[in-house]
Parts: sequence; C-alpha cells; structure tokens
Amino acid sequence: MNLETSLTIAAKELKVLSRKKSIIYYIVGFPFLLMVGFLLVVKSQIVPAGGIPSDYALGLDSLTYFFVVLAAIVPSSIAAYSIVGEKIEKSLEPLLATPATDGEILLGKSIASFVPTILSIWAAASIFMVITDYLTRSSLSFYYFPNWTSGVMLFLLAPLGAIMSIELAVIASSRVSDVRGANQIGSLMFIPFMGVFLAGAEGIFAFSSNNLLIFSLIILVVDVALFFLSTSTFKREEILTKWK
Amino acid sequence: MIETENLTKKFGDLTAVDNVTLKVNPGEIFGFLGPNGAGKTTTVRMLCCLISKTGGQARIADYEVGNKSDSIKIRKLIGFVSDNVGLYESLTAYENLDYYGKLYKCPEPRRKENIERFLKLLGLWEKKDTAAGAFSKGMKQKLAIARALVHDPEILFMDEPTANLDPESAKTVREFILSLKKEKKTIFLNTHNLDEAQRVCDRIGILNKKLMAIGTPQELEYSVGARKTVIQLVEVNDAILNALNRMSPGKVTRDDSKLTIELANPNKENPAIIRAIVEAGGNVQSVSISASTLEDAYLKLVREKQ
Repeated sequence: MNLETSLTIAAKELKVLSRKKSIIYYIVGFPFLLMVGFLLVVKSQIVPAGGIPSDYALGLDSLTYFFVVLAAIVPSSIAAYSIVGEKIEKSLEPLLATPATDGEILLGKSIASFVPTILSIWAAASIFMVITDYLTRSSLSFYYFPNWTSGVMLFLLAPLGAIMSIELAVIASSRVSDVRGANQIGSLMFIPFMGVFLAGAEGIFAFSSNNLLIFSLIILVVDVALFFLSTSTFKREEILTKWK
Repeated sequence: MIETENLTKKFGDLTAVDNVTLKVNPGEIFGFLGPNGAGKTTTVRMLCCLISKTGGQARIADYEVGNKSDSIKIRKLIGFVSDNVGLYESLTAYENLDYYGKLYKCPEPRRKENIERFLKLLGLWEKKDTAAGAFSKGMKQKLAIARALVHDPEILFMDEPTANLDPESAKTVREFILSLKKEKKTIFLNTHNLDEAQRVCDRIGILNKKLMAIGTPQELEYSVGARKTVIQLVEVNDAILNALNRMSPGKVTRDDSKLTIELANPNKENPAIIRAIVEAGGNVQSVSISASTLEDAYLKLVREKQ
C-alpha cells in the first residue's frame, strides 16, 4: 500500500468536501451546536444544582461522552457520500482504472472522512471544556477539565468510534447504491455508543478511565475486524457491474 | 501491443463476450464496432483490468491481463476514457487533471507540461480554472480525454468518446484522436458510429458478443459482396442484353433504362463492358460504380448473428 496515493486521494476528497456547504455545516455545525446546548445545560442545570465533585462528574462526563457518540455518527455520512457519491457521479470507473489499489482508495477516503470530523469534534469539545471550567471553577474550587476520563474519551474512544463508523459506512457503501442507504447503515454505530451513554446517565456504567479503556479495547478489536471485512467487501467488479 | 485469445466474459448464465481473439498493433487505431450490448464495454473493462475475465488470455504490452501483479503495471501503461465522463464537477479542469496526474505518479514538471499541452490542444486552456460542472457536454468529454492522457500513456482505451456529442464537438474529438496517431499512440476505440470508425480507424473489429469480422474498413466493405457498375442508357434493347450475356460479366439487373452489373473488379472490367454496349447500339448517358459500404458489412454481419 502506497501512503502517498492515499494522501492524494484524501487531499482531493477534502477539496471536494470543502466546496460543499451542506457538508461543512454538517461537520462543523453539528458538534458546535451540541457544544452550545451542553453549555446551556451546564449553566442552567449542573451549576445551580451544586453538590460535591462526584455529583458534577456524572453530568459533565456524560456530556463529554456525547462527543464520542458524535464521532461515531458524523464520519459515516462523509464516508458514505465519498464512496456512493462517486458512483452516482460516475467518477468511480475512471478512478478504478488508475494504478490506485482498493486499499489505497479506501484509506484515502477514510482519512478524508476522519480528519475533518475528529478535528471539529475536538475543537467543539475543547471549547466546551474551557467554558465549563470557567462556569464551574468557583463552585468546585478546581478546574474539572482536562482529566484522564475526558482524555480517554476524546483521544482514544472518539477516534476509534470514528474509524468504526467509517468502516461500517464502507461496508454499507458496497451493498447499497444510494448515499442515504449507506448513511443509515453507518448510523447504526449510534446504538452501542448511545447505549453506553444511557447506561452512564442511569449510573449502570461508570465513566471511569478504566471502564472507558476496556470499552476502547473492545472497539479496537471491532475496528480491526471491520477493516478486513470492509476491504474484502469492496469489490471493484461488483461496483462496476452491479451498482445501478 | 494488445492481444487477446478466446477472451470470454460470462455474468452467470449470460455470455457477454464470447471467445474474442484479436491483435492490435503498436501505433494503430483499432475500432470496435457493435450494437448496444455487444460486449464492447465489457471487453475494454477486462483489458483495463477493471473486471476479471472468465476465460481465454489477454496481454497488454508484456503484461498478462488477469494476473494480479501485472494489473497495476497495465493500469500505469494505459489511459481510459469511460463512456461516462465521470469528472469531479466541483473541481476545476486543472484540478481534475492534476489529481489524475498525481495518481499516475507523473512527476510534477511533466504533469504541468502535459496538462497545459492537452488543455491547449483541446481548446480548454482558457477555462482551466473553471469548475468542470460548468462545462458543456462536449467540453466535459474533451476534459475526460485530456484526463486519460495526462500521464502520457502508450495505449489509450476510449469507450464511445463521441456518443451524445454535437457534430462539431464530435469532429474536434475525432480530429484529436487522429492527431494522437501521429504521436504513435495505440488506440482502442469502442464506437457504434460507422462513419467515425471508417474515418478514424486503421482496422475495425465487428463485435456482437463474438468477433464477427476484423479488417481494414475497405476489407470489410469488400467482404460483403461484389461491387456494382450502374449504367444509365437512353434505352435498353435485346441486342445490348445479348451482348452482355455473351460477355458474362456478372449478374445483370435491368431497371427500365438502367443496368446494374455486379462485378469483382469494376475498374478493370468496365471499359470492355461499355465498349460492348456501344457496339450493340447502346447510347450511354452515365456510368457509376456502387460499392458496398461499411454499413452494409456491419448490418450483414450483425443480422447474421441475430
């Protein structure tokens, strides 16, 4: 596999994405809208409720974890658009006729789906944490963020969730012929991540660093399995002859 | 340069390409003529290593089609113009070509030089910074051709490059294809446009799942039957017909005062025939030679198959 080819493909994808306003709004707008909503929750619900630091932890960690849920949703749409969209625009056949291998094409498209979404989520989460620290500093007497839990969530679990979402979108893209279909299958990623969120909010699952590391390990194993599945399901002959 | 032997492609029970054997020489423009669904696109896709073959052999230069390690080498060697332009509409003409040049690992100075050269040749240089989505159909097709050439391939596969183009754009594309011949490029051209095939191609293969015939346009025209001499007389009488019967030049058909004679070589036989008619008292008004056309050959071969 030639990384330079994948980076060329990724650069082109980013250029195309940067010229589609609806996608920019989706990548940037979604996390930032969520961030604003969360800050309102912090200001209107968490800070006035007061309590000891562990009372704050449940609410703040749950909100931070939601950025992980976002990382598992947003990239699948970009990846689905990137692959199925190319088939719809009939640009996939000339691309497949170049010396780029299936693996290089998929990696390039995955990089282009991963990088802008994860950067956007990190940016939104960082602003959330800084403003939350400002809002909670006086009642907590210390800065809640950054901490190990949020570090594991944002720098381990969120990227792994994003990769999982992209891989599922790639698999879905080779089975369906429209962006919406691929997107819907890719969005299934929402279920396990949302399940953990609800379990955390209900106190069944503690958002501790250790628990999140174990969850990350499980996602890593699934990512590796999905990687092999996604490369084996991306068959250029089927794409060219069966996709309508 | 391009060689196939019993090349076959089946999709389940359906045979799309059936035992096609052909050879395309270096620097040659080879036309693949056939009706819709004849297997032209499938053949090109197999040769471009886009889909697998079911049977037979195919070689591009020294590489084996179907051999996984040779596939990448073949794709580096060829350029491909698909039947759909497939451009990135939000990218400019220059960006579209630059992207493909990079994918083919064409070094930057050569890439820039080729982009400028082909955009200028195809009359698109002034529009290099315009998004491809804003181009007309003809301009998009020209850009797709430039894209296939940006890495300067030795072999170019073109699948219906003038389909759906207006006559002027189609003419520009045809002239461009002919200019590539001067650069010694080997071109494999899929078309169902008989006129285009006749004007552009050195040799033509007529495909209808099987390869029905192969040869130069002239060879194919001659293959369907004798050429005809048409003689317009003031009047046709028995003396003239008897004189022609004595000569037994070929099948003679009379239509009022017009005689049509099937001949193997009209240029050689016509003087003696005219002399015999005049000696028999005939007044000749005009003489013309009517040859079978590529269209006759094509229709005959395609109908035979059906």
